[in-house]
This record gives sequence, C-alpha cells and structure tokens, in this order.
Amino acid sequence: MNDQAQLLPGTLDLLILRAVSLGPLHGYGILLRIGQISGNALLIEQGALYPGLFRLVRQGLLKASWGTSENNRRAKFYELTAAGRKRLRQETDNWNRLANAISAALTARPEEV
Amino acid sequence: MSIRACFHSLASKFLRRDHTADDIREELQEHIALRADDLERSGLTRAEAERRARIEFGPRDRYREECNEQLGGNFLETTWHDIRYGARVLRKSPAFTFVAIVTLALAIGANALVFGVLNALILRPLNVPQADSLYGIEHGINGYESYPNYLDLRDRNRTFDQLAAFTIDEVGLDAGKDPMRAWTYEVTGNYFDALGIQPYLGRVIHASDEHGTDSAPYIVLSHAFWHSHFHDDPSVVGRTVQLNRHPFTIVGITPPEFQGTLLFFTPDMFVPIVDHRLLSGEGDLDVRRKDSVFEVLGHLKPGVTTAQAVSDLTSIGAFLLATYPKDVPNIPFKVVRPALYGNFIGAGVLAFVSGLLVLAALILLASCANLGSLFAARAADRAREVALRLALGSSRARILRQLMTEAMLISIAGGAVGLLASIALLRQLSVWQPFPRFPLRIPVSPDSKVYFVALLLALVSGILFGIVPVRQVFLTSPYEVVKAGSTGVIGRRLTARDILLVVQIAICAVLVTSSMVAVRGLVRSLHSSFGFQPDHALIVDVQLGMAGYTSDSISTTQRRLIDLIETVPGVESVAITDLPPLNMDGHVSDVFTDATTDLRPANSAATSYVFNVSPKYFEAAGTTLQSGRGFTWHDDQDAPRVAVVNRRLANRLFGSGTNPVGKVFKLRDGTRAQVVGVVEDGKYLNLTEDQKPALFLPLRQSPASPTWMIVRSNRDPQHMADAIRNTMHEMDQGLPVFIVTWNRQLEGVLFPMRMATVSLGILGLMGAMLSITGIFGMAAYSVSQRLRELGIRVALGARREAVLQAALGRAVRLLAIGSLAGLVLGILATRVLASIVYQALPRDPLVLAGAIVAMALLGLIATWFPARRALHVEPMMLLRED
Repeated sequence: MNDQAQLLPGTLDLLILRAVSLGPLHGYGILLRIGQISGNALLIEQGALYPGLFRLVRQGLLKASWGTSENNRRAKFYELTAAGRKRLRQETDNWNRLANAISAALTARPEEV
Repeated sequence: MSIRACFHSLASKFLRRDHTADDIREELQEHIALRADDLERSGLTRAEAERRARIEFGPRDRYREECNEQLGGNFLETTWHDIRYGARVLRKSPAFTFVAIVTLALAIGANALVFGVLNALILRPLNVPQADSLYGIEHGINGYESYPNYLDLRDRNRTFDQLAAFTIDEVGLDAGKDPMRAWTYEVTGNYFDALGIQPYLGRVIHASDEHGTDSAPYIVLSHAFWHSHFHDDPSVVGRTVQLNRHPFTIVGITPPEFQGTLLFFTPDMFVPIVDHRLLSGEGDLDVRRKDSVFEVLGHLKPGVTTAQAVSDLTSIGAFLLATYPKDVPNIPFKVVRPALYGNFIGAGVLAFVSGLLVLAALILLASCANLGSLFAARAADRAREVALRLALGSSRARILRQLMTEAMLISIAGGAVGLLASIALLRQLSVWQPFPRFPLRIPVSPDSKVYFVALLLALVSGILFGIVPVRQVFLTSPYEVVKAGSTGVIGRRLTARDILLVVQIAICAVLVTSSMVAVRGLVRSLHSSFGFQPDHALIVDVQLGMAGYTSDSISTTQRRLIDLIETVPGVESVAITDLPPLNMDGHVSDVFTDATTDLRPANSAATSYVFNVSPKYFEAAGTTLQSGRGFTWHDDQDAPRVAVVNRRLANRLFGSGTNPVGKVFKLRDGTRAQVVGVVEDGKYLNLTEDQKPALFLPLRQSPASPTWMIVRSNRDPQHMADAIRNTMHEMDQGLPVFIVTWNRQLEGVLFPMRMATVSLGILGLMGAMLSITGIFGMAAYSVSQRLRELGIRVALGARREAVLQAALGRAVRLLAIGSLAGLVLGILATRVLASIVYQALPRDPLVLAGAIVAMALLGLIATWFPARRALHVEPMMLLRED
C-alpha cells in the first residue's frame, strides 16, 4: 500500500474523464479502469469517486444512464459528452505542459542553469 | 396503487427529492455489491466480502450527502431532514421544549396583542372612502366649536372639499313598544355627502334637507342598530317614530361598515343637527359662544397640505376674532386625524400604546436572552454529540444549520401559540363594552398585518436566540471534547451567557418596577381627594328632555323632583346638578374680576368649570364648605346673583389670604355675582388634571335642563334605587330614569388608569416569570455542570455554605448586578410612566423597596431547587458515574 501515491487535488476529474473516454463504465468499473491504466499506483478512496462523478455530470461533461452490469446488477453507466471530450483534450494538454515543466525543473543540472 | 404510494409519487414529482435520493443510495449500494462480488471471487465469504467492501468504500452517508450537494437544489430535502431530526431531538427533552415554547408564546403573544391594538386604533384609518385626506379641525385643546363658527369655517375656507360637523347626543326613542335610549350623531346636512357614504337602504340626509331650526325631522339608522332593534326589517324606512316625544321619519340605513367618525363611539342613528332644539331641549345652537359642535371634519382638496389648511383656518379665525371679539376665543387651529378625536384622546392613546409596545419589545428581548442562554447551555451539554459529528466528517455549517432549525422550530411553534392566544384576546377586547351606559368599544379585531408582524417577530427571535451558541460550535475541537468529556472546565471569565442573564434580569427588573409604580399610582389615586364623597351616594340621571319636558317646565319639575325624593325613606339629602363632576364632560366659562370692563376672553381672570346646582348640593355631594353658605331656594331670579367658588378660583379672582365671601366678580356675559361661599378644591373633568378653578351657580338663577340628581343615603343602594324609581314613575310614568351608585359612575373616569394598571401589571408578571425561568435555568445548569466537583467537595467535608457558595455564588452575583441595573433603569422609565399613570412618583420608597424584595424573592424561588440539588449531592453516586 505504501508505494501508492496520494492524488493531487483536481486530478481525480481528469482520471475519471480519461477512464470513461475508453468506453462507457459504471462507477466501480471506472475505479477498476483507473487502477488498471495507472498500474495500481494511485490511492483513491472508493466513495470519493461519486461526488466527482456527480460534479462532472452537472457540468455536462458526462452523461449517465441506468443499465445492467456484467454480473447482472443494476448500475449507472457514464459516458463522455462532446463537451467532456473537448475538456479531456484541454486538460491533458495542460497536464502535460505542467508535468514537463515540473520534471524539467526537477531534473535540471547545475551546469544547465 | 395505495393512497399513500400515490401521494408519495406525487410528492416526489414535485419535490424531485426521493427520486434522486434513492438514485444515489442505490448507485452507492450497487458499487459496494460489485466490489463485494469481486472480493467473494477472490475467496472471501460473502459476509466478510461485504464488510470489507463497505470499509473500503469509506463514510457512505457523507459521500451521499456530498453527491446531493453536487446536484444542487436539495435544499428542501436537507431542510426536511433537519426539521425531522430537530423535532426528534426536541421531543426527547419535553421540559426544555415546553418551557421554551411557553416563554416565546407569552412574549410573542404580548407583542401581537399590543401591536393589534396599535394597528386598530392608530394605523388603520376610518372606514370611509379616501380616509387618507380626511381631517378633523381642532380648535384649542379639542374639537369643540360653536355652530355659527362652524358655518363661517364651512363657507369661508378654501382648502377643504366640504366641511361637515357632528355632535353626540342621547335621545329617547319610542318606536311603538318599550321606549328606549339611543345614541345619536347630530350631523350637518352635508355630513354623508362630505364623507362619501352611500345609503344601505332608503336615503341619507343631504344639505337640501336643512331649512332652518327643527326643519328636518329625519332619522338615518345605523346598520347595527337596525339589525338589533328592527331585526333587519326593510319596511322601517318611511316609518314615523317618536324621538323625545317628537315625530321623526326614518329615511334610510347606513351601510354596515360605516360606524360613525369616531373609532370608539358608534352611534345608533344619525339625525340632522338643525333639530338640536327638539333633541336636546336646548335652543342655543345659534349662540356663537356656545360650543355645540363636537367636531368639524372634511376632506382636504387634492394637493392641499395640512400646513396650508391650518393657515387658511387661522386667517378665518383672525376674521372671527375681529368680528366677534366677545364671543370668539383667541386659540390656535390644528388639523388632526378624526378617528380618535385628534390629540385630545389620540395623543394619550398613542403615548400609552407606544409605552406598552416598548415594554412588550423588552419582554421579547428578555425571552430571547433567556432562550439564548438555554440554547447555549444545551449546546454545551451536546458538545460531545457535536464533537462526534464533526469527527465523523460533518461540516460545521451543517451542524449550525441543524441547531438553527431547532431554534426556528421552537420560535415558530411559540409564535403560533402566542398569535392564537392574542387573536382570541383581541376578539374578546373588540366585543367588550367597558361601560354599559355608553356605546364605547375598542374595535381591535386582528388583520393580516398582525399575523405578519407576529410571524416576523417569531423568525427574528428564532435567529436571535439561535445564533447565541454559534461561537461555541465553531470553537469546538472534536478531539479535545472526546478526550476530556463534556464536564470540561468552567470558565472563570465573563461568558456571553452571563451577559445575557444580566441583561435579561435587568429588563425583568424594569418591568417589575414599572408595574409596581403603576399599581401604586392607582391605589393612591383611588384614595386621593375628589372634592366630593362618592361613597353612599346614588347618581340619578333623569332625562326630562327625552320625556318631552321643555325648558319652561323643566325648572319647576326639578323642584318637584327634589321635594318628591326627599320624602323617600332613607334619603339623607338630595340635590340636582346639571353635570356631576368627573363625568367625562365639563362645561367651562371665562370669569372676570369686577374691575374688568372689556370682557374679551384674553382679559379673563380664569377659565373655570361651571356647575349649575340646586340647594343642598354640597351636602348631597359631600363637598366641604370652607366658609360662607350654600344656596337656598331663595336664590332665584328676583334675588341678587350669587355664586360659590372653589378655593382655587377664589385665589385667582381675589388673591390668596383674603376672605372672598361677600366679594363680587363678573360672569362671561358681564353679570355681576357675589361670592356667598367657598368650597374645597376637587377634581372636575379627570383625575390627572392640574388643580382647576370651579364655579357653582344656583339652578334658579341659571337654569339648565340636564338633570342629574345626587341622592345620599346609608341604606342598600339597590333598594334605594328601586324606591326612587317607583316614586318618580308615580309622578310621570314615561320618565326615563337611570340610577347607579356614584362609585360605579366613576368607573368611566378611572377606566384609562385601570387599563394602564392592568396592562402594566400583566407585563410585570410576565417579567417576573421570565426572570424566574432565566435564573432557574442558569442556576440549574451551573449546578449540573459542577455536580462532580461539588460531590468531591462534599466528600472532602466542605461545609454547606461553602458548597452553596461554589454552586450558586455566580448566579446570585449576576442576579444582584442585573437587578440593580434594572432598578436604576426602572426608575428612569417611571418618569415616562408618570405622564400616563396618575401620581406615579419615580422615587417612591415603597416601590423601590418592593422591587428589591420582589427581585430577591424571585431569585430565592428560582435558585431554591438547584440549591437543594447541590446540597444533597451524593459523592459516591457521582464518582461512580461516567
């Protein structure tokens, strides 16, 4: 457990959007997908997902509909809207710029300064 | 579908509440189920899998709520939750809830009641079209005006639409069976047209009906009188009835909502003022110095200000003064609201009601302080609960919202109870007739304004006492409380609760002091000297005018009446006056020194009350003759004019220190009169008046038709009244006679003071109750907070005094500080009270002592039970607890 990283504030939304962009998912599925694509390196309390989901739905980035899960349970499935897709692109670009900048800063050697 | 389910689905459609709530709940549940499925697959039992799934999920309720918040628009649901939870919490402590609701109900009820009175008497206009522009004319201290002056005002003014006038009179009505008395407005012909009143049936009186003296024998009945005495019979219109044994024709009925132009004096009928001689037996309507008109009123022309109207009237006044210098007094004009007879009554009512409003507001403030400290104490007791909820992830805002909801629940419940009680009281007050003899009412039925104010007060006070514990909640640190338990340390410094208690006790002490001042004032005024002896005396109101006697025959009839009643066994003395003192009416006249030749009002030596009395009047009334003699039957038209003056008038006319008997002065019409006697000073119009001059003239020399007999007798009043009535009816079967004891007759003049005393007394009582609950709450709380400490002290052998000192010292100190502050404020407040309550002395030692004793007693009562509890602490029990 200890090698899992704490989530930076604001990044949960980005992860949800990314997970859902690979195909419609229910809440539990989103968690599994995030675990899968991040190599289980992130610590997310399961319940904390839901306020984020509701927030994204309200912002019109996701849309939700009730359906049936693979093991025959009723579940609410989320998929990306057009606005959500656009937002995901923007946020991904932002994140990359930020990450590059931070890692560049962290890897800078004395002779490069 | 069952009805319940039907409602449920309907409600959820409207509120969108259960739908989303169930949605969220289901989604979260399914999540846990899916996770449990996975865990089960990895080899756990189902139960273990579900447990693990729930733990991994985290605090479900909190997430559910956060989801709800994300959805927005869940205000209703949260509020509904809060209300249900609040109600549950309050049900668990019924004593607290009951005390809180009753406290608030009393306070809000008192406020709604006082506001209801204010609303009805002062804020609400008369029930006539365009009441906003309707003004009465006040000439000097009241609205009295002479009829010729009224005609000049009516014809010469340029600022009023139409000026109408009316006066109040009582007549004998004979409509075929048992003659009765009826109260009338004698109105000018243009009265109804000036007010814009349309008839309900038939027609009203118009200016075209007036053709000089006694020319318009018409009656317009009020709707209420028509309903109660003619049973809504439409055929009475056109019928001829007898008024004072003169034929009058009923021409119409006024609409039910029109009840005259004085709020508290509703007439039975309206008759033309030109018939004044027929109705009152007095043919002096055209005399310019006789104030026959009760009030002149009319609508201002559009765009005219009151200041313009006053200057218009003033210029007419100047003209009248120049034209009739002997008859017109030089006193200023004002325009006033007619409903309460301008400032004459209105100012007193306004001052009194505003005073009550302030006191009622104080009561509300005190009860808010009371409830505030109770809530703060409760919040402290619930510190552990609050800490637990904070620790479990509830937000502080959410907890405050919950506490606020509880406060609101109590305030609304209290407000509703208080409002209902005040509505019931206002209804009672509206139908109450303080004097059976007069159609005096206090029309205060509540309306939507009263409901609104009560609701507003309830909400405001809910917020006021609800915010008291806010700081406490914000400062709560969950870890500290859970660690240390709620018994915590009692702060030695001054807390908000202490200040609230001091404020509350101070307010209550003000109320207690004020009510004591009022009661003392009433007691003293009942024992003050009236200048006559109302005990063992009957007042006999003989309506000779109603029985058709005219001025010529009245004089001889009065003599016959006296001779007749003197023969009734048990009668000690009997006399006639044209008006008993303190009878809510007064005749005044200017008097002059003998040296004065220019008899204009400005040169008068005094404006004096005038009473026209028969021989033996001073004996019958119990007025002490200080020197000289009273009147005899020989003081008649052929004898020299004589008069009896009171001490005050004697001093005004001749200076003090001289013997006035034998001296001469001039009456208003220039007649010279010789003083033959001096009587003690007394009260003549009301109890609060400054000492006024009074003049008594012999009935034979200045005849008057109003006939009030004063009969002094030591026998049973009821028995005497019957004997007197029978004797009079032997003389004239149809003579209207009304007999009451003089003390009963005086109730009218005592009425405002009684009202003031009763209201202040009730407010004082409420203040006392509030201070008991306040001190009790504080003392009980401080004892219960320190019970464990007290137990240890007792176990270690502390003496009783020490225990009491520790438990209640603080409460007693606060009580002392509050009472002292309240006492000082109360003494300041009584300066204001002194203007309403007769003989209210601000620094009355008895009141001071009484207030101190009262507050000490209240404190003793309120701390008694907490003190007993502190003394009977069982150390072992306490230490075992927790």
